[in-house]
Amino acid sequence: MQWETVIGLEIHTQLASKSKIFSGASIAYGAEPNSQACIVDLGFPGVLPVLNEAAVDMALMFGLAVDAQIGSRSVFARKNYFYPDLPKGYQISQFELPIVGRGSLTVDLEDGQQKEIGITRAHLEEDAGKSLHEDFHGMSGIDLNRAGTPLLEIVSEPDMRSIKEAVAYARKIHQLVVYLGICDGNMQEGSFRVDANLSMRPKGQQEFGTRTELKNINSFRFLERAMNFERERQIDLLESGKAVVQETRLYDADRDETRSMRSKEEANDYRYFPDPDLLPVEITEQRLAQAKERMPELPDQKKARFASDYQLSDVDATLLTQSRPQADYYEQVVATGADPKIAANWVTVELAGALNKAGLELSDSPVSAEHLGGLLKRIADSTISGKLAKQVFEAIWQGEGDADTVIEAKGLKQITDTGQIESIIDEIIAANPKQVEQFQAGKDKLLGFFVGQVMKQTQGKANPGQVNQILLKKLKG
Amino acid sequence: MHKKTIVELAAGLKAREFSSVELTGHFLERIERLDGNINAFITTTAEQALAEAAAADEKLKAGDAGPLTGIPIVQKDIFCTQGVKTSCGSRMLDNFISPYDATVVTKLKQAGVVTLGKANMDEFAMGSSNETSFYGNVHNPWDRERVPGGSSGGSAAAVAARMAAAATGTDTGGSIRQPAALCGITGLKPTYGRISRFGMIAFASSLDQAGPMTASAEDAALMLQAMAGFDPRDSTSADHPVPDYSATLGDSLAGLKIGLPKEYFEEGLDEGVRSSIEAALEVYKGFGAEVVEISLPNSAMAVPTYYVVAPAECSSNLSRFDGARFGYRCEDPKDLEDLYKRSRGEGFGAEVKRRIMIGTYALSAGYYDAYYLKAQKTRHLISDDFKQAFQQVDVIMGPATPAPAFKLGEKTDDPVTMYLNDIYTIAANLAGLPGLSMPVQPVNGLPVGLQLIGNYFAEAKLLNVAHKFQQETGWHRLIPEGLD
Repeated sequence: MQWETVIGLEIHTQLASKSKIFSGASIAYGAEPNSQACIVDLGFPGVLPVLNEAAVDMALMFGLAVDAQIGSRSVFARKNYFYPDLPKGYQISQFELPIVGRGSLTVDLEDGQQKEIGITRAHLEEDAGKSLHEDFHGMSGIDLNRAGTPLLEIVSEPDMRSIKEAVAYARKIHQLVVYLGICDGNMQEGSFRVDANLSMRPKGQQEFGTRTELKNINSFRFLERAMNFERERQIDLLESGKAVVQETRLYDADRDETRSMRSKEEANDYRYFPDPDLLPVEITEQRLAQAKERMPELPDQKKARFASDYQLSDVDATLLTQSRPQADYYEQVVATGADPKIAANWVTVELAGALNKAGLELSDSPVSAEHLGGLLKRIADSTISGKLAKQVFEAIWQGEGDADTVIEAKGLKQITDTGQIESIIDEIIAANPKQVEQFQAGKDKLLGFFVGQVMKQTQGKANPGQVNQILLKKLKG
Repeated sequence: MHKKTIVELAAGLKAREFSSVELTGHFLERIERLDGNINAFITTTAEQALAEAAAADEKLKAGDAGPLTGIPIVQKDIFCTQGVKTSCGSRMLDNFISPYDATVVTKLKQAGVVTLGKANMDEFAMGSSNETSFYGNVHNPWDRERVPGGSSGGSAAAVAARMAAAATGTDTGGSIRQPAALCGITGLKPTYGRISRFGMIAFASSLDQAGPMTASAEDAALMLQAMAGFDPRDSTSADHPVPDYSATLGDSLAGLKIGLPKEYFEEGLDEGVRSSIEAALEVYKGFGAEVVEISLPNSAMAVPTYYVVAPAECSSNLSRFDGARFGYRCEDPKDLEDLYKRSRGEGFGAEVKRRIMIGTYALSAGYYDAYYLKAQKTRHLISDDFKQAFQQVDVIMGPATPAPAFKLGEKTDDPVTMYLNDIYTIAANLAGLPGLSMPVQPVNGLPVGLQLIGNYFAEAKLLNVAHKFQQETGWHRLIPEGLD
């Protein structure tokens, strides 16, 4: 039978605020356990939550970015369940009236097609702490540093029909929230967590099959693997006449498999109700307008602008706008007067390659946009050849100064004086009569030999175009 | 000294007739001598109180004293007090020493009060007789066989027995006004949001409100002045100006329109209470006030509405008491579920468990719409009744309780009868309105409370209306036999 995959994603993004969503405690990652949990985060008797308005503004920016419905009123609700890393015995979340309503996102697929994925909602909530099950003499430890960290949970419609689509959607959301500056996007540290709801159905069938929810996925690679495993598992079950059980399954990256965590029957009744400790959030027109003003240019807009303003190919425009720092870097290079296409090549190939090799982020690049622009200028005005430019780039990377300093210090300036090149060529022709004879007899390939000799003589500094031209003229006599 | 009101004590302190240390010592001596028969205190903080009194005396000497400087009070044990046990009347928090002060506690400390200790209360403020306390019954100072009311029963009894000049209380469905009525003192539940809830252990967040419990309306004005105001740590506290509550106490009541809800005078009201209330109304007529009958047609829905909303909120609010971080933890839990079940099973008393179960049920999938959502709707109807009423009248009056104090143990087997004791007080909580109870003519030696309900933020008007009555009659001056 032909099977169709149906996927919806729930993505938890940790908002890049300074403090927690309902207290003034810091949310910095990696601090000593329980050193960043105040009495509010610990759920002490008598404490009350106070909403961090910065989190609301970040959520509004996301809503605007996905063209979502944003109501004038948003309500926080309590999700009640017991767990040791949930100090109050309930999580403050949203149920009815989430801050961001129905929206959508257009995703580029591998085959060049585009697909619109529906976003059901995005709501604000507080994160729980962490239970630590090792090294406590058989007991569990609790670290509440993370408790109260602001999250925006972005829920998609079950609109994705392949694993590739789902990964593309997740990547696009990741790109978007990082662009917006509302999330640092670090998946290893849990700043961006993806839960996948996946089900299978016979191709052509209208009704959805029974789904499972996959959790504990902390990279895009694992997202793809987890869904692949789960897809095969469900197909095997269905083809052998068994039923898929609705349940939550944990992905185990070491074994590359998913395991049952809890079934629907064991699921909690969360008893949601509006949190009486928090007033409804009123979203005024003015507040929305302010959020609009804070919106940066979004990836799609930037890509379109790059393609038209800089005459870039779709591939280059996509590559350059993949991250905001890279796009900004590129524009700084172009601003120095560099040719946009050559600049695109250097940023996406030479620089990206060097950074990748060194394991560095663009923000740590030893070659600034100004330095790269200076280098490209010297290529454009023929001060150096394209070949030597890589050598200059390497020297700038090593901290030897800007392009002009390096060219000067290393004496890499290109020879463009026709007379000088002619006299060098004359010497070479005179020194290689045999090769001249062979060339003139029709062995065209030998031109390369002569060019090589000239370059050797000039340490690669002779202008290659001029060398070719003069050589041909002289050899063909 | 103990017979004096705060206003009189402050005058005595200022005139150096006695020091705050002497006054505090006097109250501590009374607590020592009398509380064995009343049980109003869970904790006394004598040493700390005397230190605070000494500091107050310094301020008095320096001429830097406010109206509450050096006045000994008691805090209901629902307010977190730094370094002092804060039990909320429960075994669950018997070992809980709060690491911080509630906003109310901070504000009263800033006003210079001396804290004698922490008052007994129904467990987690759930009760109308103070019989659900882990620390035992409180005895009504007017008749030791009778209840003081609840949940602020310890606070009311302490003030009635003159073991403290004043007390703080909290009122979720009548927990200030009902014990004030049964103990013959003045108790004010302000508008929801008037006083910060930060540091006040939550029972039902949308209903809970702190307030003063005092010997007179004039004293309540001083206490409220110190307690009221916006608190950035409580999102539900009102950012609304705080007037000078003492300034308008003596305003004339000529032309005051008093509304009597006919639903508050129907069957179930004790005849003695009815005639005491009627006598009080005559006094108001003497001031030139006009008394009109009004209707609050949805009154009958108040108790059922309350017993959905309050348990629903409490079922969630009390989830944090799980044995993991603070409070009671069972012996040798064998796993997580055992830790939860036994810690909560052993740490909570029967009434608290009953309400957690009712609330959990009301919020459950499939029942939410029928109970919680419907209760929210009837709550709106009840609020609308009051809105209508306050278009016609300035203040609403009626009984605070259906009858004077009942006997200890009389209603403990029948929760519904117990719940009906709050039939006249609950509506003000559901609507968020201010309410005040003050003593009128006693019945068979037992206090009777007249309840005043005002419009939002009309605390000054309620205090004015109460103060004029107290100046005229003096019922609030009565002190139980053997305690004067």
